[in-house]
Amino acid sequence: MAELDTSGGGKQKGGKVRTKKKATRVDLTAMVDLAFLLITFFILTTTLNKPKSMELIMPDKDDKNTQEPVPETRTMTLLLGSNDKLEWFVGEPGKTTPQVEGYGPNDLRKTLVEQNEKIKASHGGQPMIVIVKPSAQSTYKNVVTVMDELNIVNIDQRAIVDITPVEIALLKRDNLFK
Amino acid sequence: MPRVKVARKSTAIDMTAMCDVAFLLLTFFILSAKPKTQDPLKAEIPASTSITVVPETDFSTLLISQGKVFFNVEGDDVRRKTLEIMSSKYKIGFTPDEYKTFSGVEYFGVPMASLRQLLDLPSKDRDKITQPGIPVDTTNNNELYDWVHSARLAVKYLHDKDLKIGIKGNSQEEYPTVSKVIATLQKQHVDRFNLITALKSAK
Repeated sequence: MAELDTSGGGKQKGGKVRTKKKATRVDLTAMVDLAFLLITFFILTTTLNKPKSMELIMPDKDDKNTQEPVPETRTMTLLLGSNDKLEWFVGEPGKTTPQVEGYGPNDLRKTLVEQNEKIKASHGGQPMIVIVKPSAQSTYKNVVTVMDELNIVNIDQRAIVDITPVEIALLKRDNLFK
Repeated sequence: MPRVKVARKSTAIDMTAMCDVAFLLLTFFILSAKPKTQDPLKAEIPASTSITVVPETDFSTLLISQGKVFFNVEGDDVRRKTLEIMSSKYKIGFTPDEYKTFSGVEYFGVPMASLRQLLDLPSKDRDKITQPGIPVDTTNNNELYDWVHSARLAVKYLHDKDLKIGIKGNSQEEYPTVSKVIATLQKQHVDRFNLITALKSAK
């Protein structure tokens, strides 16, 4: 792909020695090649989808004065067990039998919406309170999924609390804790 | 019969416009590029629907994977100051060279006692060795507490801002490790932090 030398040149008839006119066009092919090579390199090294973050606010541990008593009839407790399964119950522990459920949008989200509606109806529009209790055999992903579902369903009153031995026994009974 | 001759055209194309475009794009990518950083341990982050972007300055990331905790704080100046504070806390002196190396190291996960060893290694070998993670015992040997505390002091001192803390955990990590890190943060009244997640595709 050589450029054609379009300029005139050589000896003129008048016998005067003239400097040869050089073509003003430069072959840019190599330069374009280089530029695209570098573009490719930078595209590949750039992280295009930057990681996102989810804010998590935990209650202050030392601040005991502002703790309000939690009305148990409005609380839903989620016990996170092994094998990507969880158990949930509403109200006081032991009084209602917990139900086993998965984390998918058709399982947990549906239950959260249903229970929230039920509690709102029976408590004059007051929202449901959710207590998340991850056991030692649940994974970090489970906790993030639960918090995300709570964000989707718009339940602001929630907390992550340590699990008690009684609740671990419940999980064990349903084979969600070895 | 006269033959119809096809006029020969020059094969050379004017590349000027193409060259302009290529360099414009190149400039854009160079300016917006932030090189990929290699994490010391692979962490597959869980997905969520949250769309808050992780801040790029005054931010510290705690990487949790395989039961180990790694620490990183953004900004060379902050890292240097953090090490200065840690140095006086643990009574371990560092040479100017080691300070320089530390300000360029992103994630690290070694106990304070062997940090000098890590910094004295050439950068190639540093990526190869397996780091044991920063000690996070709930009792007395909690170096992560001091690292986070020093980083917060450093950011406050240098930029007069509050350090934001992110937790980058592996999906399959068992909860107790995460819980230990959260407890460490709560001990110094850091009750707000960011869980770093990937964007979940809509279903």
